Formats: sequence, C-alpha cells, structure tokens
Amino acid sequence: MQKGRVIIADHDLRTEPEKVRESIGIVFQELTLDRDMTVRETLEYHGRLYSMPKAQRQARVDELLSLVELEAKRDVLTRYLSGGMKRRLEIARGLMTRPKVLFMDEPTIGLDPQTRIRIWDYVRDINRQGTTIFLTTHYMDEADQLSDYISIIDHGQIIATGKPWELKNALGQDIIYLETSDNQGASDILKKLDTVRGIRDKSKGIIVMVNVDGTYLLPEIMDKLRNGGIKIMAVNLKKPSMDDVFVHYTGRELRDTGTEKAVVVKRGGR
Amino acid sequence: MHKGFLTIYWRDMLRFVRFRTLLFTSLVQPALWLAFFGVAMSNNFDRLTATMPAVPGVRAVGYLTFIGAGVIAMTTLFTSLFGGTVLLFDKNWGLMRETLSSPLPRIHIIIGIGLSAMTKSFIQAAVILVLGLLLGVQFFEGYTAPQVLISLLGIMLFIGAFSLGFLFLSAAIAITMESPEGMQAVITLLTMPFFFTSNALYPSTSFPPFLRALSTINPLTHLVSGIRYFAIGSDFSSIGIHYTYTQGEAVTSFLALLAFAAIMFLIARWRFTKVTVT
Repeated sequence: MQKGRVIIADHDLRTEPEKVRESIGIVFQELTLDRDMTVRETLEYHGRLYSMPKAQRQARVDELLSLVELEAKRDVLTRYLSGGMKRRLEIARGLMTRPKVLFMDEPTIGLDPQTRIRIWDYVRDINRQGTTIFLTTHYMDEADQLSDYISIIDHGQIIATGKPWELKNALGQDIIYLETSDNQGASDILKKLDTVRGIRDKSKGIIVMVNVDGTYLLPEIMDKLRNGGIKIMAVNLKKPSMDDVFVHYTGRELRDTGTEKAVVVKRGGR
Repeated sequence: MHKGFLTIYWRDMLRFVRFRTLLFTSLVQPALWLAFFGVAMSNNFDRLTATMPAVPGVRAVGYLTFIGAGVIAMTTLFTSLFGGTVLLFDKNWGLMRETLSSPLPRIHIIIGIGLSAMTKSFIQAAVILVLGLLLGVQFFEGYTAPQVLISLLGIMLFIGAFSLGFLFLSAAIAITMESPEGMQAVITLLTMPFFFTSNALYPSTSFPPFLRALSTINPLTHLVSGIRYFAIGSDFSSIGIHYTYTQGEAVTSFLALLAFAAIMFLIARWRFTKVTVT
C-alpha cells in the first residue's frame, strides 16, 4: 500500500525500524489504556518497554504527572479517570521516553473546551522543549492555533501545505465591511478598483470582496473614500478562516470515510 | 540482553494479583472438582472395585489419589488455554498498539505471557496439592524429605513445559481471533477432546483403539502420567488396574511436552508476525 522512503530523526524506517521506534512517541486516536493499571503503572510499563533505567523512569513519571496535572491520581486505576484525564495520561505516556517526534492522532476529539485548551498548552510546552509534533485534527481552529505548518489531506493525498497564514492568504478572499456616510457613493468609487471582485449591500453598510491581501488594501480603500469626501464610520476586515481553507481544498461534499484531515506540524524548537 | 519479556510478565502478574476474584475463582474451581467430583466418584469407584482382587505385591491407591494428579493437570490446561485471552483484549481495546509500536521485539510478548501463565500454574498447582492432601489425597506416601523435594521439582518441570505449550497455543489463537466470544467458543471446544481423551479422570487403558491413539499423543496424558510418576510412584494400582511407568517413559513424556511447547511457540511466533495495528 505504501511507496517511498521514510526518514524519521535521521533513521530510515526500512533499514532501522528499531531506531525509528525509539525516536517516536504516539498518542493514538482511540484510548489504549489498560483499565486495570494505575496511572503510575501505565507510565512505568511504557518506560520499561523502552528499556529506560529505573531511576530515570521514576524521575520522568514524577515530572510528567506534574506536567499533565495528574499527581493526585498517581495510584488510581485508569478506569476511574475522566475522559480528559485519560487523554492527558496518554499524552504523558507519549512523552515518557522524550521522543524526538511525537505523533498525535486527533488528541482533543470529544473533549470539553477547557480540556482542549489545556492540551494545547501541553502541546506548546512539549514543542518548546524540542519535540517535533505531528498532529492530525478535524478542528480547523486547532490546526490554526497550534501549527507551524499545515498539510491538508484528502483521500490519502496531501493536497495543500503551508504556514497557516500562507494558506489563508492564498485563498485571496478577504472580506471588508464598511459603514460610511454615503454607501452608494462608496460603492461607485470602489467598483473601479481592479483589486475589488465584488460589492454587496447590507442594511447599514457594504461588503467588499477583494482578491488581494486585505491587510494592505484596506488603507488604500480608506484613502480613496476620504478623498471622495465620504466619511467612514466602521470598518471590519475578515480573513478566511482555516475552515474556509479546508472546504476550499476538500470541497463541500460529505465524506463517508473521514479521509480528509489536517496534519499539523509543529517543529521542535531546537 | 533485552529484558522486555519481564515487562510483559510484570504487567500480567500485576493483573493476576490485583483481581482477587479471578485469583480466588481460579483456585476454588479445581478445589471443587476435588471436593465434589473427586470425593463422590471415589466413593462409587471404591464400592465398585471393593470386590475386585487387589493386584498382588503392588501398592493400591484410592480413586481420589488417582484423580488428584488429573485435577492438577486439568487446572493447568484451563489456566494456560485461557491465559492468552488478555492478548485478545489488549488487541481490541488496550495496550497492544502501545506494545507493538515500541521497540520491544514481539517474541518477548510471547515469552513474557508464557512465563506468567507458568507462574500462575505453579501457584494453582501448589494450592490444589495442599488442598488435596488435606482432603485425603495420598501423594508422596512413604517418601523421604529429599524424595518429596525431587518429586515436587519433577512435577514443576512437567507443569512448566505443559503450561508453556498451551499458553503459546492460546496466544496464537488470541492474536488471530477478532472477538472474545469467538475465542471462548474455540477454547471451550478445544478443552473437551484434550480433557476427555486423557487419563486425567479415568484410566485410558480400556479405551477403544482410536481413542487410545488420541490419548497417547495428548499432551494432557503425558502431564498426568508425569505427575503420577512423581507423586504416587512408578508402580501402583488404582481402581483395579495395574500401572507401571518407567523412568524412560517419564523422560519420553517430558520430551513430548517440550516438543509440543516448541511447536506451539513457532506457531505463536508466526501468528505474531502477522499482527498489524492500525
């Protein structure tokens, strides 16, 4: 099913699969905890699997439990943890061996907003400490917030890659909302600009759709209107969201398999 | 050397000790076999065979003593055959992905889980042995202390080899099956022929030829014979039948168990290379 070469942390997956396994951490989409082990034992088991020395294991368990704020649950069976706590434990487990690369498969799915924000904080923390993170998600705000690079995958293919702002700007669909002393007059002036694709009337103002980066066009628009003797009462610039980017690339039809996803890459800050 | 199998062993024993109900029922079940089936059948057999002439010059043992070895063997069979179930649960809902994505060689999973099944079998056998002695099973009659020790060691060797073999079989099934219900069905189906074509509960000497052939290749028969050899002796009679079991035969039985374990290990290893996690 696969072709090509995979090199992770300077190790080729084909020739050094063991080295690759040692360099990576994985947080799976589904929970993969043993309900009958305690929080500490879960991390301990993981450390042992990777042949970590005992002293290092113990120090790391303490460190991680405090990072994901589960110190109080140390000796509690994982079956008694809430969904968010289980997730946090799994993230801690993924970090147990200080992997160079951490893969997280939809780590915030089905979690409440507080827990999501908390997990984003951990992701940033981990990243600052030097771990590169690959994170898949369906939440575009998450992709936007967390990533250095985003790739959009549809039907198993990467169809777009870039920094979040690059992807959004590439759409060239910034929208400027204006309320002026003379909306009709403003429309007439702006219609003449090449950079304006269209104008729509609203009850109190107008919406200007532009095909360049609105951040730079807006001052020009304001100058033009002022020179035309039109007073501007309110301005709003709306950039396309990552949702818009995602829909732009993957289309509007529903997927029955969920094959479209954003992969977020957060480079380790080393 | 990579000591990864100890991790697998540690975790499986952790669960065994943690679940007191499981631990308790796994010990009570064989005790009930001895206490009810053993005592009831023993009374019947002893009455039926009371009129039969004793085999001259040979020590006669009661039926309870006869099936004492059988119950130990049967418990080992059940524990080992069900011992792999944890792998199925891990595969479907648990740690298997984590374990398989780690650098741990897969063979360590098989070895670790095999050793833990062996440990469990030792614990159970010890408990049944003690309980059996209390109920009137006449093991180690007239043995000196060193002889008892050697016998115990011999029994442990037999149980160890046997439990490894069946655990590997169980692991191979578990890693291949999709549902616990399916696994339960397959294993229940498997236990029947092993159990009833063995000499655990009754002598196999009067079986029809076909069943006798099955009995000879049945690892359970070899385990039962081995335990009887060490616990009762090489020459005794029970329910009117004269048993002799030479040292050579005991060694053959042990080698047979080792061979069985080796074959099952290879099968399990093969099945494990086929596992993929998504």
